[in-house]
Amino acid sequence: MHAIEVSGLRKAYGNLEAVRGVDFTIEEGEVFGLLGPNGAGKTTTVEILEGYRRRDAGEVRVLGHDPDDPGPDFRERIGVVLQSSELWPNLTVRETHAIFAGYYHAPRDVDEVITLVGLEEKTGARVKSLSGGQKRRLDLGIALVGDPDLVFLDEPTTGFDPAARRAAWEMIRSLRSLGKTVLLTTHYLDEAEQLSDRVAVMREGLIVRVGTPADLTTTDLQTEIRYRRNGEDVLLRTDEPTRVLAELTSAAVARGEELEGLQVRRPSLEDVYLALTADEAEVES
Amino acid sequence: MSAEAIRLAVRRPARRLFVHQLRTEQLVFWRSREAAFFIFIFPLLLFVLLGSVYDGKFQHVPVRWAVLAGLVGYGCANTSFAGLAIQLVLRRESGVLKRLRSTPLPSATYIVALLVSTLLVFGLQALALFLLGRVLYGTPFPSDIGSLVATLLIGSAAFAALGTATAMAIRSAEGSSAAVNFVLLPMAFLSGGFGPTTGYPAVLRAIGDVLPLTYFVKLVNAVYLHGHGFWTQPEALLVLAGWGVAGLVLAVRNFEWEPRER
Repeated sequence: MHAIEVSGLRKAYGNLEAVRGVDFTIEEGEVFGLLGPNGAGKTTTVEILEGYRRRDAGEVRVLGHDPDDPGPDFRERIGVVLQSSELWPNLTVRETHAIFAGYYHAPRDVDEVITLVGLEEKTGARVKSLSGGQKRRLDLGIALVGDPDLVFLDEPTTGFDPAARRAAWEMIRSLRSLGKTVLLTTHYLDEAEQLSDRVAVMREGLIVRVGTPADLTTTDLQTEIRYRRNGEDVLLRTDEPTRVLAELTSAAVARGEELEGLQVRRPSLEDVYLALTADEAEVES
Repeated sequence: MSAEAIRLAVRRPARRLFVHQLRTEQLVFWRSREAAFFIFIFPLLLFVLLGSVYDGKFQHVPVRWAVLAGLVGYGCANTSFAGLAIQLVLRRESGVLKRLRSTPLPSATYIVALLVSTLLVFGLQALALFLLGRVLYGTPFPSDIGSLVATLLIGSAAFAALGTATAMAIRSAEGSSAAVNFVLLPMAFLSGGFGPTTGYPAVLRAIGDVLPLTYFVKLVNAVYLHGHGFWTQPEALLVLAGWGVAGLVLAVRNFEWEPRER
């Protein structure tokens, strides 16, 4: 069974069409990244799946439920990390986890979850004393304490320093090893590339590309070959890098030349992403 | 499985969730020093101060009895109206309300637990006021406990409805406390929350005559100072009910779980 099925999803706020006909499917146990610039419709899409907003049109199934009218066990089975939430500043990390554990039929062991998110040294610390990264871990901990099958992570590392991001990535990877399905939204390319089995790129309320990070980078743009000849930079773009490179090098070998500064570069996800979202970036700037 | 067993199986988790959330609310309330001080302690301090200032008779009883009754009224408005409103705004704007919506905790259970928790705080406060009055100023305990409890319940319900409606009218956490107190403190002053208003100019008393706290204090006066049953005050009950219902309608119509500032 699919964990999430979405087809023809639409949502407008007044005249603003935030989501304009989105289709995608997420398998059980998959980490799916929803990537796009701010305002692309990622959060609206996710909040419809979480049951926070009603859709205007389209079909949505989340764990077999319609989130607009979910059955009683829907909220038992999802875990949500919102973009920002502050919780109760004066309670401790352990108390906060225990409170959330109490909302579920079959929660995980509270101390186990605290260790899983790496807050075991902060168990007795007040929430207001935590750093930004630690608060985010707390958000993740309380999303996991109910032992959900599906976890929504909305921009989980925005505002993190590099070390905190790495740590968060490790935690998100550990979700996959627990067998959870994860829907991750992010505007960081490297994050989507590092963590996701598949990535959907959203732009202006539409999904413009879906695939594995490798698919996206091999199918879209041509491979770049660079070298220097007579002091001038040469750049070739090609769909057949093997043939072009063979011709280039055999010719050079035949002339007894060295191809200075020879580089073969596959387009990175960043190149693809920039190409896909270029127009919008121009509009914004 | 018998029908009874099914009903128990369905009802028990609901009760368990309610008790769990009530304990959560109590923990959250008492752990916050600001809440514990401004909501719980402050009216007690005011009573100690005002009780030492007033002397003489009011409606044929020692005026300190009336000061106590007034502060029960102020305490009720302070806890159920102001305290609840400020807490609701803070929780909405911090995203806790939104976060809780994605858990299996039913919305109704959350709201009822919050209201009962608020009532519990006010109940303890009223008890503390009567004990303090007895110890410091020799005020008597209420003669008709049943009528007093009913009065406090009615007042709490009306002010909680108004507090919730007010919380939904406030857009941001910043300044919510100032905004609420801007309503609360003049109301308490004009309504006799800080002692009898008999010496006030007619204009101020006329303004006081439309405020819900005036009628709640009248009700507490009737029950506590004169030992009347709460039902002997239909005018006060009617006005309180009117304010309460208006608050409830606005609260239900405007209730929001998500932060206003996005």
